[in-house]
Amino acid sequence: MQHPAFEEVTFHHHSDDVTFKKKVKNTTILLSVITVVELIIGLTIYNIHKGDAPNALLVLMFKGMVCILTSAKAYYIVSVFMHLGDEIRNVIMTIVVPLLLFIWFITAFIWDGNSYKNLRNRYDAHYKEKSVIPAKH
Amino acid sequence: MTTTATVQQTKWWTGGKSPFNMEYGKLMMWYFLMSDTFTFGAFLISYGSIRFSQNFWPDPNVVFNAFPGAGHANLPLAFVSVMTFILIISSVTMVLAVHAGHNNDKQGVVKWLFWTIIGGAAFLGCQAWEWHHLITGEHAILVNGQLDIVGQTTRINPWGRLAAQADIATAIQNTPREMLIRLAEMGGHEHAGATHINFASLPDTELIKAIDIEGLHIRENGPVAFGGYFFGITGFHGFHVFSGVIINITMLLMTQKDVFARRGHYLMIEKAGLYWHFVDLVWVFVFLCFYLI
Repeated sequence: MQHPAFEEVTFHHHSDDVTFKKKVKNTTILLSVITVVELIIGLTIYNIHKGDAPNALLVLMFKGMVCILTSAKAYYIVSVFMHLGDEIRNVIMTIVVPLLLFIWFITAFIWDGNSYKNLRNRYDAHYKEKSVIPAKH
Repeated sequence: MTTTATVQQTKWWTGGKSPFNMEYGKLMMWYFLMSDTFTFGAFLISYGSIRFSQNFWPDPNVVFNAFPGAGHANLPLAFVSVMTFILIISSVTMVLAVHAGHNNDKQGVVKWLFWTIIGGAAFLGCQAWEWHHLITGEHAILVNGQLDIVGQTTRINPWGRLAAQADIATAIQNTPREMLIRLAEMGGHEHAGATHINFASLPDTELIKAIDIEGLHIRENGPVAFGGYFFGITGFHGFHVFSGVIINITMLLMTQKDVFARRGHYLMIEKAGLYWHFVDLVWVFVFLCFYLI
C-alpha cells in the first residue's frame, strides 16, 4: 500500500483490531487507576494538613509519590496514545533527548526559588515573622 | 515480531529513505509539540520557582473545594477529577478516531471525532464554571488592617494564613460600616432564611456582634502570584483545548466532505490526534502542579 503521501515511510506498523482494542482498553484502565490513586493521595495530604502538627516529611513524601505517578501517566499517554513507542528509535531519540534539558531546568529554578526564600528569611527577620505559619490557629 | 527484526536490521542512515520513517507533517507536528512542551514547562517551572520562594502557599484543597450545584459543601478535588476524567476519555475517543482512520473507516472517524469534540467542549464548560466561581467568590479577608470581601483574581488572593483573633478584633473597628453589614449578611450561610434581620438598621456595636467571625474563617491575603499563575497557565491550556476543539471540528467537516477519502488516507486525523493527546498530557501536569501538590 505504497502511497505518494507515504513516500518517507519505508515500513508500516500494523496491529490487528483485537490487539489494538486490548491495548487501548488496558491503557485507559491504567490511567484511570493512577488518577484515582493520585486523588486518594491528594486527599491524604489534605487530611494531614488539617491535623494539629502536619508532618512536613510525610507530606513531601506523598507529593513525591504523586510526581512519580504523574510521570508514569505521561509515559503511557505519549507511548501508547501518541504511538511514540511504536516509532523507530531515531524518532524517539530526537523527541526524548532534547527533553533531558528539563532535568537542569527544573532543578535550577526550584533551587533558585528556595535559595531566595532562605536568604530573605535570614536577612529580613520582619518578613519571616510576618509570613511563617503560626503553630496554632 | 518479524516486523521488529526488520526495523532493527534496516540501515536507516544509508540514504534513499527517510531515517525517521515518518511523513513530514507528522514529524513537524512532533517537533511543534516538543517546543510547546518547553513553553508550558517554562510556565510551570516559573510557578514552581515562585512557590518555593514563599514561606506560605495556599493549600489547593482549600482553594478548589467547590462543585456545581453543591452550594458551600466542602468537596476538595472533586470537580477537578471530573475535568481530568473528561480529558482522559476524550483522549481515548481520539485514539479510536485515529485508528478508524488507519482502517479508512469514514463512519468510525466521524463517530469518534464527534465524541472527542463533545469531551473538549465539556472540559471547556467546566473550566468556565471554575473560573467564574473563583472570580465571583466571596471570601472574608483581613487586609491592610481592615476586613474586606474579595474573590480570587490576579490582583488579590483570599487564601492566606488564618488571621489571628486579636488582629480581627482590631480590624473590625477600622472596617467601614457597609462592609460590616455585608459581613453580617454573609455570616449566616448555614442558617440562611431562618432569620431575616435587617442588619443595616443595627447600631455599630450590635452589628459587630452579629458577625459570625468563627464561621467566616477570616484569612489574611495570600501570595498575589497565585492568581496570575493559575489563570495564566490554566488559561493557556484552555486556549489549547479550544484550538484543539476547532481543529477537531475542521477534521470532522473535512471527513464528512470526503476530503480524506479522496486523498486515500486519514493522516490529518493522526496529526490532529497528536495535538489533542498533547492537550491531555499538559493537563496531567497542570493537575499535578495546581491541584495535587
